[in-house]
Amino acid sequence: MAKQVSPRGPVELLTTDREKVTADWIDTVAGSLQGRISRAEVDRELRELYGALVEGLREGGDDTRGESLSEARALLTELSRNRARQGFTPSETAISVLALKQALEPALRNDSADDTTAYLRLARVLDDLALFTVEAYTRTREEIISSQAAQLMELSTPVVKLWNGVIAVPLVGTLDSARTQVVMEKLLQALVDTGSEQAIIDITGVPAVDTQVAQHLLKTVVAARLMGAECTVSGIRPQIAQTIVALGIEFGDIITKATLADALQHALRASGVDLVAHQGVGR
Amino acid sequence: MSERVPVLRIGDILLVSIQVDLEDQTVLDLQEDLADQIVARSARGVIIDITAVEIVDSFVGRMLATIASISRLLDAETVVVGMRPAVAITLVELGLSLGGVRTALDLEKGLALLRRSATGAELQ
Amino acid sequence: MTVPWAAEAPPQTQPITQNDDVVRSRQQVRALAQECRLSLVEQTKFITAASELARNTLVYGGGGEMRAGLVERHGRRGVAAVFADSGPGIPDTELALTDGWTSGGGLGLGLSGARRLVDDFVLDTEVERGTTVTIVKWAR
Repeated sequence: MAKQVSPRGPVELLTTDREKVTADWIDTVAGSLQGRISRAEVDRELRELYGALVEGLREGGDDTRGESLSEARALLTELSRNRARQGFTPSETAISVLALKQALEPALRNDSADDTTAYLRLARVLDDLALFTVEAYTRTREEIISSQAAQLMELSTPVVKLWNGVIAVPLVGTLDSARTQVVMEKLLQALVDTGSEQAIIDITGVPAVDTQVAQHLLKTVVAARLMGAECTVSGIRPQIAQTIVALGIEFGDIITKATLADALQHALRASGVDLVAHQGVGR
Repeated sequence: MSERVPVLRIGDILLVSIQVDLEDQTVLDLQEDLADQIVARSARGVIIDITAVEIVDSFVGRMLATIASISRLLDAETVVVGMRPAVAITLVELGLSLGGVRTALDLEKGLALLRRSATGAELQ
Repeated sequence: MTVPWAAEAPPQTQPITQNDDVVRSRQQVRALAQECRLSLVEQTKFITAASELARNTLVYGGGGEMRAGLVERHGRRGVAAVFADSGPGIPDTELALTDGWTSGGGLGLGLSGARRLVDDFVLDTEVERGTTVTIVKWAR
């Protein structure tokens, strides 16, 4: 009895020349990555992906967002995440999928209409999965960016103790609302932790102050006052003073000083410390 | 019947430490009790410790301001101590600045503040 | 506004008909805010807003209820509370949301203050039909 020949679909197209197709695929991908990932690593990744792809197509057809290809999607998500973390470009990530199309082209040589249809169906699946890798790649990059932003925020807002009962936070760089809010919370918590009644916010290192940031500074000062501490803003550069006045921001009865030294002197005096210069110093 | 917040006395200072989630009626009762006690014990100062208070809304905020005004009329000074940072930030956002209420970081600093203003008054 | 309640936990209803229901609403909202992992400051802001609105429901709306639960939108989690009464309603919402305006004896910071404390705030009111206020705070 003759073996019944089922029409060649994407699965058959993929599996007919299995070894040659995967080898070509791996070659192309490894070549495009120019040795920044070892060939063995690429080999492992793509063979796993190949298996999941064949399995998924055999089970459930072409729906790239469907259940049957979930394994393939999971592998692609991991692959994209790794590429994004290792600093590859989105193209270098998507090629991992798209190169399979190229590897399949030799299979079309015998001009069979079935093969062409199967190839086109498969191409659509692969294009879609390539887009999926770009999405996963972008998501990972966004995660990296937001976690870096959070780290930067932690790093860039130290609260330092200047004297017994006097703490200061030197602000450096551009202030946005989120960062100003973090500073505000950290400063207020430090008041409680150190039992300080005087706080200084030094903005010498801040290039510009807009209305929102000024509002946050004001709120911090008022909140500190509610807790029973006094807050001085120091290091207001001439241009910033001009902006504040031009924007019509009311600083009200908030104490401002030109320099951190002036602010410290004020804070010390307010907490009952007298600074006395000894005679004979510098003799 | 709602619980009442106990009012303690140390010398000529009344001390209230709020430890529970305040019901509105309890807040009003406390306001009344304090006014009575200031007169009955001829207190010079009132300390309200809110270290344990997680939420101060406009109702409680208004109570603090009212107690401060009442005690001033009765020649006593009110200090609110121990406000948490999160509470302070929320009050500012809410638009409540508690004008006229004196504050201190903790009980000790609140007592020192009352002592200072008492000696200040005697010197005048 | 349709509230995108999280699928796994249906919102709970808390009647607001007497004084200590305000405290109960606060406690219910606190538990949810903690479950949602809001930061301490965000928690405090949300609970305070809920406290203001619960009191409004009781004092100005003549009683009503609060429905509160976790919400989810575009993969972000948050906590929501809906305060509904069938009281007199608010004739001029613009005015009611102004700082210092009050129809009763309050400070007039309830509605406007609560709005500043949350991420989403929707006021839905009709004269003589009642008022519904929805607030949401999203976890960062």
